[in-house]
Amino acid sequence: MARLNLWRWGVFGLAGLYFLVPLAASVVFTVDVPGQGLTVDAYTQIVGTGGFGSSLLLSLELALATIAVVLLLMVPAMVALRLGAPKLRPVVEVVCSLPLVVPPIAFVAGIVTVLKWGPEHLSRTPLFQTFVAIQNPDFPVVLVLAYVVMALPFVYRALDAGLRAIDVPTLVEAARSCGASWPQALVQAVLPNLRGALLNASFLTLALVLGEFTVAQLLGFRPFAVWIVNVSGSQAQLSVAVSVMSLLVTWLLLLVLAGFGGRSRTTSRG
Amino acid sequence: MKTKENVATSNTTDKAATVEFRGLRREFGPTVALDGLDLTVRPGELVALLGPSGCGKTTALRMLAGFERPDSGEVLVDGEDVTRVPAHRRDAGMVFQSYSLFPHLDTVDNVAFGLRMRGVRTGERRARAAELLELVGLADKGGRYPHQLSGGQQQRVALARALALRPRVLLLDEPLSALDAKVRLTLREEIRRLQQELGITTLFVTHDQEEALSMADRVAVMHAGKLEQCAAPAELYGRPATAFVAEFVGTMSRIPGRVSDGVVDVLGQRLPVDGAAPQAGEVDVLVRPEAVRVAADADGKARVLATSFLGAAVRITVRLADGSEVKADLPAHEAADLVAGAPVSVSLPERPVLAAERTV
Repeated sequence: MARLNLWRWGVFGLAGLYFLVPLAASVVFTVDVPGQGLTVDAYTQIVGTGGFGSSLLLSLELALATIAVVLLLMVPAMVALRLGAPKLRPVVEVVCSLPLVVPPIAFVAGIVTVLKWGPEHLSRTPLFQTFVAIQNPDFPVVLVLAYVVMALPFVYRALDAGLRAIDVPTLVEAARSCGASWPQALVQAVLPNLRGALLNASFLTLALVLGEFTVAQLLGFRPFAVWIVNVSGSQAQLSVAVSVMSLLVTWLLLLVLAGFGGRSRTTSRG
Repeated sequence: MKTKENVATSNTTDKAATVEFRGLRREFGPTVALDGLDLTVRPGELVALLGPSGCGKTTALRMLAGFERPDSGEVLVDGEDVTRVPAHRRDAGMVFQSYSLFPHLDTVDNVAFGLRMRGVRTGERRARAAELLELVGLADKGGRYPHQLSGGQQQRVALARALALRPRVLLLDEPLSALDAKVRLTLREEIRRLQQELGITTLFVTHDQEEALSMADRVAVMHAGKLEQCAAPAELYGRPATAFVAEFVGTMSRIPGRVSDGVVDVLGQRLPVDGAAPQAGEVDVLVRPEAVRVAADADGKARVLATSFLGAAVRITVRLADGSEVKADLPAHEAADLVAGAPVSVSLPERPVLAAERTV
């Protein structure tokens, strides 16, 4: 037993070092300026640098929109799959896993091609305006669409694990025999039992969108990750400080999401 | 403080419903689940649907609940065709085989779920839920979540939930088969007591004949999507209408005999045939183990094959001279010297017997 504990602590310590050393190095690098001693200038500068607030806000908006769209798309689809066509599950699983196989660079190349081709051929139709609208730099819908596709594998897996843990057909039938219509059965009987899975899916999507660089950069938008890279060229310390801060922001958001999930559990009890 | 009886009266449905299945037919791909089922359940009656797995009993119940649509035929409740009515407007409470409580709700909210769907105010529905929990003997478990309850307790809550909307029909889909033997016994008595107190028309699906015979007013034996016989337990056991019922309900042995003019020659005895006699010729006589007499007899042509101790009785398997096997139940003290291999003689009481076509 003692030996096992020793092993556990050893592994735990190694893992901790692996994660903490780079992080600590980053923090030290940002606060320990040669010749000036310890200073938090790098962090105070962040707020002053142009684009910080707007890019972070854009990333958060994109994340929220992506979470909403991907959940609205996947939850009904997967519940329907469970109830109506369990045999199609492997097909959907493969389709949802494709974004893992297709590299983002290839994916974005495809999107760019479509975005170029569309306006050329549709310039005389109302669809032209659609193409313009989804590329609005204030809120690029095309990024949401791309992120929804990229989040599919993670959302699929999170929801699938959640659905495996409950007996969806029986819960729906029990609710229906209690006088619940189809939508009521889904919202009141199935969704509350998927809360963990929904939170997991949201976590993963949030982390994905906040950290996504390739697609946003190549399509020419400036969410948070792109902004970090852009400022890093000129001000090394500032860019690392921003990375550390973005890490903290992500953690904070995840904690808020987790707290939100925990609180809704207690309210449903009352 | 209400007594249990008061609670029960306040739950009694104003008028119990009649349920009628008319020519129900349903195919799932190549398999025929229901092949023209006709059955009428009288108001306030508990009818058990009994049969081997795949005989269509669950499908029939689910049609009444509204979870399945028949290919043809109709389901009537109080003479009203409900075949096209969606499940949530059927006014039927259902208890499922697997634990079907909502894991995110405590027992009170589980029971009150249907009332919430109906838009009953919180205070009112919680009071009603507490009342129902008292009815199933779980008044003190109001704040528990399903995962904190035993299987038997979960099924009690499920029963309370099914009764919460004062349904016209109560449907039980093998509610006891996931429970262990002791709990099963007590819960089955309790379900029966509740059903009689409330006077609610109830359909109970089971593959356990003991359960069906001990609980039901009438037992409907189903086979291959059709109703074989629907009768009171005693009649079903004593006068099975078909050979299938005879052999599915209780234990039946087949003894070869020869029938002529309504009298059958069997084991050297001539006994009248009960009910419609098959055509003259070779038949099988169907006998219950408790109706077979076995006596030690040094000249007997039959041999004891095996004995198994059942408590009050001993079940003896005997091989007759022609090779067929017969099971007999004897009081334990009479069976003491009947060991495997002992020569015995077998006889039947002088009563009419059931005869069936010879099956090889």
